[in-house]
Amino acid sequence: MLRKGFALAALGLAFIGGPTLAATSQEEPKAVHWSFEGPLGKFDQAQLQRGYKVYREVCSACHSMNLMSFRNLGQKGGPFYDPEFKNPNDNPFVKSIAKDYQINDIDSETGDVIKRPGTSADRFPNPYPNEPAARASNGGALPPDMSDLAKAREGGAAYIYSILTGYEEAPKGMTVPTGKYYNPYMPGDVSGFWSLDPNKVPIGGFIAMPPPLAPDKVTFDDGTKSTVEQQAKDVSAFLTWVSDPKTEERKSFGLAVMIYLLIFSGLLYASYRRIWANVSH
Amino acid sequence: MSGHSNYEPKNGFEKWLDERLPIIRLGYDSLVDFPTPKNLNYWYTFGGILAVCLGIQIVTGIILAMHYVAHVDMAFASVEHIMRDVNYGWLVRYMHSNGASMFFLAVYVHMFRGLYYGSYKAPREVLWLLGCVIYMLMIITAFMGYVLPWGQMSFHGAVVITNLIGAIPVIGPAITTWLWGGFAVDDPTLNRFFSLHYLMPFMIAGVVGLHIWALHVPGNNNPTGVNVKSKEDTVPFHPYYTVKDGFAISVFLLMYAAFVFFNPNALGDAVNYVPANPLVTPAHIVPEWYLLPFYAILRAVPDKLMGVIFMGGAIAMLFLLPWLDTSKVRSMRYRPTAKLYFFIFVIVTLILGYCGGQLPDNKIIPGLTTFQVAASDLNSVVWLSRLATAYYFAYFLVILPVLGLTESPLPQPESISEPVLSHSANAPIGAAASPEKRG
Repeated sequence: MLRKGFALAALGLAFIGGPTLAATSQEEPKAVHWSFEGPLGKFDQAQLQRGYKVYREVCSACHSMNLMSFRNLGQKGGPFYDPEFKNPNDNPFVKSIAKDYQINDIDSETGDVIKRPGTSADRFPNPYPNEPAARASNGGALPPDMSDLAKAREGGAAYIYSILTGYEEAPKGMTVPTGKYYNPYMPGDVSGFWSLDPNKVPIGGFIAMPPPLAPDKVTFDDGTKSTVEQQAKDVSAFLTWVSDPKTEERKSFGLAVMIYLLIFSGLLYASYRRIWANVSH
Repeated sequence: MSGHSNYEPKNGFEKWLDERLPIIRLGYDSLVDFPTPKNLNYWYTFGGILAVCLGIQIVTGIILAMHYVAHVDMAFASVEHIMRDVNYGWLVRYMHSNGASMFFLAVYVHMFRGLYYGSYKAPREVLWLLGCVIYMLMIITAFMGYVLPWGQMSFHGAVVITNLIGAIPVIGPAITTWLWGGFAVDDPTLNRFFSLHYLMPFMIAGVVGLHIWALHVPGNNNPTGVNVKSKEDTVPFHPYYTVKDGFAISVFLLMYAAFVFFNPNALGDAVNYVPANPLVTPAHIVPEWYLLPFYAILRAVPDKLMGVIFMGGAIAMLFLLPWLDTSKVRSMRYRPTAKLYFFIFVIVTLILGYCGGQLPDNKIIPGLTTFQVAASDLNSVVWLSRLATAYYFAYFLVILPVLGLTESPLPQPESISEPVLSHSANAPIGAAASPEKRG
């Protein structure tokens, strides 16, 4: 949000803030420090690996990641990138991760529907065969696809982190519908479920996802203490990488472009001063 | 393109070609030798910047079209495929999406510059009108381009905007169905928008050619608004303005690159990364920032048809401007009263932009409830929009026509060179050392 604010101010458009919502309200996402912040920020590979593990063991039970292939995990900047394997399809880590998944396919000999172990070129399989099946298993709610989640939510990683760690006991006077959970960081309107002072409706909304994380629910291979905050932070970082896997390539390319343009502008300015030196204007 | 040509073919081939197709002569006369007022400031570099923007949009757009799939089931994924799997696809796509914002930013500066220095007045009316045509084509092109990624805001934006045509009495609904190619925004709509989005930039390029032609007949206006009187007042376009425009373009590209590489999604709406779903309407449908002022005018009017008429009227004002402004003085430098109203106008357009991004019932000053007049809250975005809309139209229909007849302008300089020579502070570094070369 802050960076967006700066960007707009830079354009001289400070007037145009983020769109505000009518009756819906939500708590501002928590302030978290991320290694990938700023023009030079990079992802922490160990964090991406931990985040992947959280996704694999917790999120992927309900959330698809349709735009991602296993090979993406081993590409430059990814959680399992190994400079020894320039082609991520050859990366043994990626291969073994893919092999653990069963992929729907058609037997090319018989035409029968079969399941086969995944390869690094396969996409992450959807946990549900279709949308109605996903809704039926989740009380009518559809778990959003996670490929673009960090890009598709105002606040990005901080928003995801805040939702995951922001579950609260519903305040007195609020009737939480069955199968829903109160979360102040979820955009929503709870006024219809509030029995006390209508001018003091709590902010936030209801979410159909039960609190997904718990201490030690995921065991981190690098010995990092597995708190809810740690799991939430790591998976938020992972999902940010997933939503834009070319971030690091973009930033390092951008740095070179900025330096080039700065020097070029300087040269042009010097030429301009020189050419115009004898013209009174 | 007009007047006397100083081009002399340098060799046998150029002479041979010049007698058959004087294309080198055309280039020399319009881009090298063209006499340009020597007092153009940096506000005048935005024409060159816009040419670069158009070029970037066309080149990146052609590459994107090689990978994009115009189908409701595949469009969203194909854009993501471009950013994830195509080599430097992220660069091409982010340049294109941020390029639209940069294009509009530059065109707004260019238009405000024209408004301030009176560049629409005789003999440049046609030049101004062609500019207005380009701007309209840009709006339509940008709107259609925004639909192509087929995200939530793409789809619902397309629904809202195409439905506006339905406000036309009797024939409106039939035209809307015809535009959609069906009874809702769907695959046929996406396909034709893609086709037209590819076509229109070349129409823009064509009108830009006419725009430059119409510029080169009367020649550039300048910050004093005084006509060029002698050769003393001008310098050849090359190298004087190629280098000045080049510097400005380079600085503009720095800002553009800061968005593309470090904040590529800052100017877009996060909701557009959710694939289009006709059954789920986003909480708040807003256009991109560059169309927000028109959106605010649309919503300021309680009646749908009248809202559409006002929104169209806001652009129509620009077309009528050369005949609405009655002042004979071009530059507002010499029109202190008009200058004041002009700056209010600039602020009002920014306020309209702010209002376009808010919900109509939002409060301007939070917590203040005392401005209730007959069941309507004056402390709300919709009332601020109405006030700003009223000023927008008054500026064109009342202020400019009346001011030209009643104000007393400051004395204008005799020529472009006169104010320059009388201000020693304006002399560039090095001029004092060689005063004989001045002028």
